Amino acid sequence: MAGHVDTASSTVVERPPALSLGPIGWMRANLFNTWYNAILTVLIAWAILAVVPPLFRWAIVNAAGFDATSPQCRQATGACWAFVNEKMRFILFGTFPYAEQWRPLLATAIIVATLAAAANRRFWKPWFIAVSLGALALFGALMWGGVFGLTYVENSLWGGLPLTLILSVIGLSVAFPFSILLALGRRSNMPAIRAICVAYIELIRGVPLVSLLFMASVMLPLFLPTGVNIDKLLRALVAFILFEAAYMAEAIRGGLQAMPKGQYEAADALGLSYWQAMRKIILPQALAISIPPLVNTFISTFKDTSLVIIIGLYDLLGTAKAALSDPAWRGFYREAYLFIGVIYWCFCYSMSRYSRWLEKDLYRGHKR
Amino acid sequence: MAAINLHERNATAGEEIIQCLGVHKWYGEFHVLKDINLSVAKGERIVVCGPSGSGKSTLIRCLNRLEEHQKGSIVIDGIELTGNLKNIELVRREVGMVFQHFNLFPHLTVLENCTLAPIWVRKKPKAEAEAIAMKYLERVRIAEQAPKYPGQLSGGQQQRVAIARALCMNPKIMLFDEPTSALDPEMVKEVLDVMVTLAESGMTMLCVTHEMGFAKSVADRVIFMDRGEIVEQAPPEEFFANPKSDRTRLFLSQILNH
Amino acid sequence: MLATHTQDSGRAPSRLSLNDPTVRAIFFQVLVIGGVLALAGFLVSNTLDNLERRAIATGFSFLEREASFGIGESIIDYSPKDTYGKAFVVGILNTLKVSVIGIVLATIIGTLIGVARLSSNWLLAKLATGYVEVIRNIPPLLQLFVWYALITESMPPVRQALNPLPGVFLSQRGITVPIPAPDPVWVWVFVAFLLGFIASVIMAKWAKIRQAATGQPFPVFGMSLVLILGLPLIAYVAGGAPSVMDVPQLQGFNFRGGLVMSPEFAAILFGLSIYTAAFIAEIVRGGILAVSHGQSEAAAALGLKRGLALRLVILPQALRVIVPPTTSQFLNLTKNSSLALAIGYPDLVSILNTTINQTGQAIEGVAMIMGSYLAISLSISLFMNWYNKRIALVER
Repeated sequence: MAGHVDTASSTVVERPPALSLGPIGWMRANLFNTWYNAILTVLIAWAILAVVPPLFRWAIVNAAGFDATSPQCRQATGACWAFVNEKMRFILFGTFPYAEQWRPLLATAIIVATLAAAANRRFWKPWFIAVSLGALALFGALMWGGVFGLTYVENSLWGGLPLTLILSVIGLSVAFPFSILLALGRRSNMPAIRAICVAYIELIRGVPLVSLLFMASVMLPLFLPTGVNIDKLLRALVAFILFEAAYMAEAIRGGLQAMPKGQYEAADALGLSYWQAMRKIILPQALAISIPPLVNTFISTFKDTSLVIIIGLYDLLGTAKAALSDPAWRGFYREAYLFIGVIYWCFCYSMSRYSRWLEKDLYRGHKR
Repeated sequence: MAAINLHERNATAGEEIIQCLGVHKWYGEFHVLKDINLSVAKGERIVVCGPSGSGKSTLIRCLNRLEEHQKGSIVIDGIELTGNLKNIELVRREVGMVFQHFNLFPHLTVLENCTLAPIWVRKKPKAEAEAIAMKYLERVRIAEQAPKYPGQLSGGQQQRVAIARALCMNPKIMLFDEPTSALDPEMVKEVLDVMVTLAESGMTMLCVTHEMGFAKSVADRVIFMDRGEIVEQAPPEEFFANPKSDRTRLFLSQILNH
Repeated sequence: MLATHTQDSGRAPSRLSLNDPTVRAIFFQVLVIGGVLALAGFLVSNTLDNLERRAIATGFSFLEREASFGIGESIIDYSPKDTYGKAFVVGILNTLKVSVIGIVLATIIGTLIGVARLSSNWLLAKLATGYVEVIRNIPPLLQLFVWYALITESMPPVRQALNPLPGVFLSQRGITVPIPAPDPVWVWVFVAFLLGFIASVIMAKWAKIRQAATGQPFPVFGMSLVLILGLPLIAYVAGGAPSVMDVPQLQGFNFRGGLVMSPEFAAILFGLSIYTAAFIAEIVRGGILAVSHGQSEAAAALGLKRGLALRLVILPQALRVIVPPTTSQFLNLTKNSSLALAIGYPDLVSILNTTINQTGQAIEGVAMIMGSYLAISLSISLFMNWYNKRIALVER
């Protein structure tokens, strides 16, 4: 049994059995590797063949042309993309004056560009806050007008995609400092502070956003001194701010908890005061860890803006529904909902991919 | 640790209990095991060593079908390892395995970890299974930890429990996949001591390890693998003193020099 | 103070000074509480002022007034002559009805999809992934609108309802299925079902003792099924096997008889279940992946068959990871049922909305909405905390 085989690396390169390689090998391993998988593959393939070709025919082959009229659309058996063509500006921009709609378009582009820039780590510097505020100011100037020779458009005429974006962005931005305070307060040693923060967070997280929108829209006028009138958009914003502050506070609390205790101790040992330590050592790290769950909060908020239809604001979903109530174009709900569904999906999916990528990126940094 | 050479006791070949003939394995296009021919007798103690990526872990994992080979035959105690589920079950009852990362069940106590398989696979009554478990826990000197959970034990203690857990099934062969690599240095000795005691009792053992001291004192045969092939195998005195292949010499020089 | 040690200020402890951290803490808390109370006071005084100006009543006495509005569907009997209080109860029951059924459906669908994502069948895994990635990234309200439109606009009108199975009708007015006509036998069948359930629990305990003593396993699951399904079957046959069904009949503009699922209820149920199932699928998948591969290897190396390994080793560990976030999703589904307002399903938000519109008592109304949801959330949280403590893995 004590043989010795002194082979140099084998000169004969053997290949794996033929049936385990290439497309056939892949199919054997992934589609037909057990008997029940084989049956499943056949069933799924049959289902796909039953669904996809008719879908394709509806969406493309039999669809009425882009400039079809409503009666022509009803005659066609396929999709009525002319409806989207006709209603697109209304769905995207609401009741903003038709001639000035380049303004919400530009404003939306500015916000999206700022968000995309915020995703890049290179811009995570204090000066970027100034840039973001500038972008928001520009948005305001473009939407409201009244400056630079633009005609004034009151915000009750705003609608569609800009409204969705502004509700999410402003809601989260204003809620952000409050959520930091709430998170810190929840971890505080002072019982009164902690009690107030816990009570607030648990109260908000226990109720649906709809109830807060109700509260804001119906009760806020009662809370304020008589004669003070709040604009509907502002009421909705208040509801979002109150709501998102609690959820972001939980995300940040997770980040604070994930910080090793040694960081807190080192800050103390250096003689820093509470707020100095927070500002310079703890918060920068904790917030970085919290960014993936915070991005998820952005995704939820973006989806939640669709609820403002309940209090009579016309965001992207609201305008789509309004477009469907046009008597001349009744019944094309598939096209309308597909159109805005794709828009929502693009925003949310890219944000979720970003969040996942970011998590891996940050995790890699920590492993070092 | 015994200073005498234990392999003198098993110098005569016992009946063949593991037989690998022309075994090949591929991961996709990567040829991880190349024409492995191996014969192990009952009661033999074998140490498998080699650089990382040499396929040594893959080889022993093929012996209890945790990995599948694509070509060649593996026969364990007369049962051939193929896709046949019944055969695989029978083989796994006779082969015990100890993992690098212990793999104890964290939601069960130490005692429950050890009685799980005897109760559900060998269908033993609970009292009998617990008696067997306590016997082996005593042999690995950890009986007092029986009611604790794995999360409460140190690494060395967990690995000893893992050895006892495998022994409770009364296997004919014990496989060790780098059992001490994940342990802090001060705990390696307690696990090696248990393994030496096990070797002394005549258990057939295949051990993938870097602990060359263990190989020298306990092994009947040392196998060196590199790049998927068995390069050299010999009794330890011959292997360490007179390695015949350049690759073996290179490997030994790298690990024995510090 | 960040860490919990206190600084030595070097002063005599009895001197009240802002440099003493304890004094500072008390001072700060008093300040904050004072601020909160001041804000509350300001809001309350404004509110009372406004309420008086608009001549809006306060208090909950309105609950005893006649509601004078109809409710589309209700579990209990209700007519517009009933009180607002009773209408509120109807609303709560409707919310619970859609939440409970929705939770059950979402869990089943979500678990299946989550497991499918891990399947070795590439097609199935990719399809499940597609489902999750699409459904999770579209607002739930939009999905509810789509379901509602599908039912009310794409389904055939009542006269030409689809009839896939005898007695089952799908139309723009909803879905109707036949149910057995009332008969004393059904009471006995139900009793037999309960008995079967109790019997299988007892049998499981007996089987466990027997296995501990003799080592022989017992097919508990199979026999339980026999008991739970077989006993009612015996009762049914013994009672004369009545087969009279309450079949939906087209009368006038709608079906009468049988079990009717309104389009609103169907839209909310399917919409919420499908949406929440996508999130549950991810949680289930994460839970199964969280159990390290070494656990299945160790179980296999010990000779445990796949089914036993799943039941004894993998599932207990996976459930620890799965249950807490899934409970959160149950809570989300319940909260999302408030979207019923936009669809027209009379849940508690919808009914209270009508009440507020009619009585003008917004504060009480909104307080009732929030109070109801808080009650549900707190109960679920309490359960979750209890469950987590009970099954926490014991560590050093």
